[in-house]
Amino acid sequence: MMFVKATKQSEANQPPTKEAILAMHKFNEELEKAGVLLDLGGLTPSSRGVRVQYHGSKRTVIDGPFAEAKELIAGYALLEVKTLAEAIEWAKRSPFDGEEAEVELRPLFDASDFDPGKGV
Amino acid sequence: MSDPHAAIDAVFRIEFPRLVAALARVTRDVGRAEELAQDALVVALERWPVDGVPDNPGAWLMTTARRRALDGVRHARIADAKHAELAREHDAGPRDVAGELADALDDDIGDDLLRLVFTACHPVLPTEARVALTLRLVGGLATAEIARAFLVPEATIAQRIVRAKRTLADARVPFEVPRAPERAERLASVLEVIYLVFNEGHVATAGASWTRPELCHDALRIARVLAGLAPDEPEVHGLVALLELSASRLTARTARDGTPVLLADQDRASWDRVLVRRGLAALARADELVAARGAPAGPYHLQAAIAAHHARAATAEATEWPRIAALYTLLARRAPSPIVELNRAVAFAMAFGPDAGLELVDALVADGALAAYHLLPAVRGDLLAKLGRGDEARAEFQRAAELTRNERERDVLLARARAAP
Repeated sequence: MMFVKATKQSEANQPPTKEAILAMHKFNEELEKAGVLLDLGGLTPSSRGVRVQYHGSKRTVIDGPFAEAKELIAGYALLEVKTLAEAIEWAKRSPFDGEEAEVELRPLFDASDFDPGKGV
Repeated sequence: MSDPHAAIDAVFRIEFPRLVAALARVTRDVGRAEELAQDALVVALERWPVDGVPDNPGAWLMTTARRRALDGVRHARIADAKHAELAREHDAGPRDVAGELADALDDDIGDDLLRLVFTACHPVLPTEARVALTLRLVGGLATAEIARAFLVPEATIAQRIVRAKRTLADARVPFEVPRAPERAERLASVLEVIYLVFNEGHVATAGASWTRPELCHDALRIARVLAGLAPDEPEVHGLVALLELSASRLTARTARDGTPVLLADQDRASWDRVLVRRGLAALARADELVAARGAPAGPYHLQAAIAAHHARAATAEATEWPRIAALYTLLARRAPSPIVELNRAVAFAMAFGPDAGLELVDALVADGALAAYHLLPAVRGDLLAKLGRGDEARAEFQRAAELTRNERERDVLLARARAAP
């Protein structure tokens, strides 16, 4: 799973430039054509989100926005690749030029992660 | 992530098919293109661990391959008759090989990739060679990976690929996308290769494990690529749908100890929902295209429709078996084969009772075409057991166990023999 971190711009709900949108669209198309893109989505700014916190039986709902843009997620892409290195290689090709951006790559668990007999 | 070799492998997997496709456009010779791409990779393997992976690795590889190609052209002028044709073209003037090579990667290489797929799956090649060449050239797998997947020595696969390239060159197979009327038949060959790769991963014909999911993922990836290259072909989407839906159950098909789990016993909550959704979307696309063409659904499309019925059923009991039986009857008419007939028998048994299934199975036994296929006695045993004919069922399960080459499957069949009423 490739998480795209939020930026000040995305949190302020400022739309990216036309060029940036086109570049992103082209990149997604490339992922699709390579047969590695399973799913993707973009998230609205945290001002439109809420958090639900659990303390024992108590539930607290906190309205956004939330501070620390870098800790927030602005979008995701689910890739199916053989290795983490391959995901990194694709992530490097994301068209984030000039702006400060960060993506986080997190492998999903698969069956073998729960199988104590495998790979030993 | 500091392992440079893992990074290099990743780049190769992504770039190799594009590189070969772009090179083949210029050399018009897939074998030569593969060699040039391979040479470029060797150079990269020397340089990148020292210099680091370049910012645009695809362009770097293309430049390197281009240099090699031009060296080859120069050599060809002097001695090597094998490259004479390329050299002649180079000298002829109007065709600027260097320029074309430089442009090749910048352009949309979709058409070249599609040509590559059709060439790798050319009917002039034996099936095994098509499979190996497709995985190598289109899937970007290393020879060693293909060998591991098929449980054969690496040298065997290397030989197979060398021979395949020679066959393509000897037969002067053009690097092109076939047109009608040849196109349909050639596309069927491409789809068959992808399906075979998937199936080998889905039910490994031999060896200690029941499935080899890696191979399924490779096939699925190639199928998805093909759907992007040939978006108007309903059967391509039909195959993608079938593979996505089958892949959604991969995890559920094997218990933790490696034992196969049959469809009816699978934990449906562990089916991959993303893949199910993708499969249903691909099926819908195939349906639209078929409706627009006014053509009947093809065999992969029909199988996908059957798989979709399973995917939509919340429980095994909720499966709409009469609908599935009807789809199998359509499939048997469209693409008759003993295997389809066996599946039809199972669907009939589920829809209309074991007697109805047994009737079809017995016709197959009399036909003799599946005499060596372990699933024929396995199905017959299952139906006999349901009818309470325990001794006959036991004998069938034992025969099935003798026939299979998959060890996990054998265990299951022997257990069923012991459990027969």
